[in-house]
Amino acid sequence: MKLVIIDYGAGNIKSIQFAFKRLGIDAVLTDNPEQIKNADKVIFPGVGEASTAMKMLKDSGIDLLIPTLKQPVLGICLGMQLMCDYCEEGDTKTLGIFKVDVVRFSDAVKVPQIGWNQISNLSSLLFKGIKEMEYQYFVHSYYVPRTSQEIATCNYEKVYAAALQQDNFYGLQFHPEKSGKAGELILKNFINL
Amino acid sequence: MKNSTTDSLPFEKKPKTAGQLAKRIIPCLDIKNGRTVKGVNFVNLRDAGDPVELAKLYSEQGADELVFLDISATEERRKTLRDMVRSVAATINIPFTVGGGISSIEDVDILLKAGADKVGVNSAAIKRPDLINELSQKFGCQCIVVAIDAKLLDGQWKVHLMGGKVPTELDLFDWAQEVEKRGAGEILFTSMNNDGTKNGFANEALSKMASLINIPIIASGGAGTIQHFTDVFLKGKADAALAASVFHFKEIGISDLKQELKNQGIPVRL
Repeated sequence: MKLVIIDYGAGNIKSIQFAFKRLGIDAVLTDNPEQIKNADKVIFPGVGEASTAMKMLKDSGIDLLIPTLKQPVLGICLGMQLMCDYCEEGDTKTLGIFKVDVVRFSDAVKVPQIGWNQISNLSSLLFKGIKEMEYQYFVHSYYVPRTSQEIATCNYEKVYAAALQQDNFYGLQFHPEKSGKAGELILKNFINL
Repeated sequence: MKNSTTDSLPFEKKPKTAGQLAKRIIPCLDIKNGRTVKGVNFVNLRDAGDPVELAKLYSEQGADELVFLDISATEERRKTLRDMVRSVAATINIPFTVGGGISSIEDVDILLKAGADKVGVNSAAIKRPDLINELSQKFGCQCIVVAIDAKLLDGQWKVHLMGGKVPTELDLFDWAQEVEKRGAGEILFTSMNNDGTKNGFANEALSKMASLINIPIIASGGAGTIQHFTDVFLKGKADAALAASVFHFKEIGISDLKQELKNQGIPVRL
């Protein structure tokens, strides 16, 4: 089982590596295209600002590589957002795997959303063994509206897509690596896909 | 689990099950030279001074997040703190914030790379407010918690420096609004009038702050009973409540606390 975490300089990826370590898996941090292509599973992480992260992806050429990957790919938080068509943050054209735009929460709610919120409408093997309304840890100011590619929803200001899937590409808005035992199970499910 | 009834419906007809963002309970650990100080009282710990062991215990008891406040003043503090952060991040699976003496992009970079989720800045931000903008732009607002210590003096809440030792002319509410504009992701407000009293949180000031800013507020100072936590959420409008000694000395159990909050209709993660 070769698991790689794409290391393109965006954010704290140590936590994700530690989370897999707790599951007994040594994930490799890399920006090497060959290594990414040859992995069994790929994690696409990211925290921070969308246009900056997108620029870092482009600088390393990984922006062109990701959409061509055939193995299961899991985008986490900003990683998922970068797999969408467009992100309002920094007016950023993104990878276009998920046919949906990422928009900002309005000032009707506190922004960013920080903390534990519930996920529901779970419809993917990724959530095998996870109960409806399970809590996961979220930290984000931008969100993906409901779409046919959603595999989970969350409610903050409105019901929105908390997770997405298109073919071999998966995305989670929340941080499973920081979401206790339930989060660990989701990571384990990804490994077992 | 997969729900076949829901799955077979066309997308537009899927029910809109609505969850809710939970209020957070955050134990705070004071750290000196990589060890917890102020004392803790847990019989089931091998070493009550080990921050990793204590972090694990709180995480298992249902804490939503942890805050580590470093109060060491040694030459090696940066390295010691980094090593501690790395051990904590390797062990626990909930988010944690590290604060204390952080004054530069480099400080923050080291801690985030070691596995901290957020950093708390306090005095350095008061001395040089642009630091907040710089950190927020570099690392994203979500990991920048601005800690504010303030004291009510002659009817005005004054911000204090250096862990509350040095008063400034800054007004609490002006400063809270300014740090939001500069890119803080959260505010951790400690009322020095309430801290250590166990008489409850500064709910009036907290709810006033909540009406003025649109980022989450972590309330700190004054926790003594479960009722105080209920009040800080219902009256103080806080998003999270932080406490130290009531947890360290087992005066309040985290799971009992959260169960009671739930009984009071406050959304919590159980």
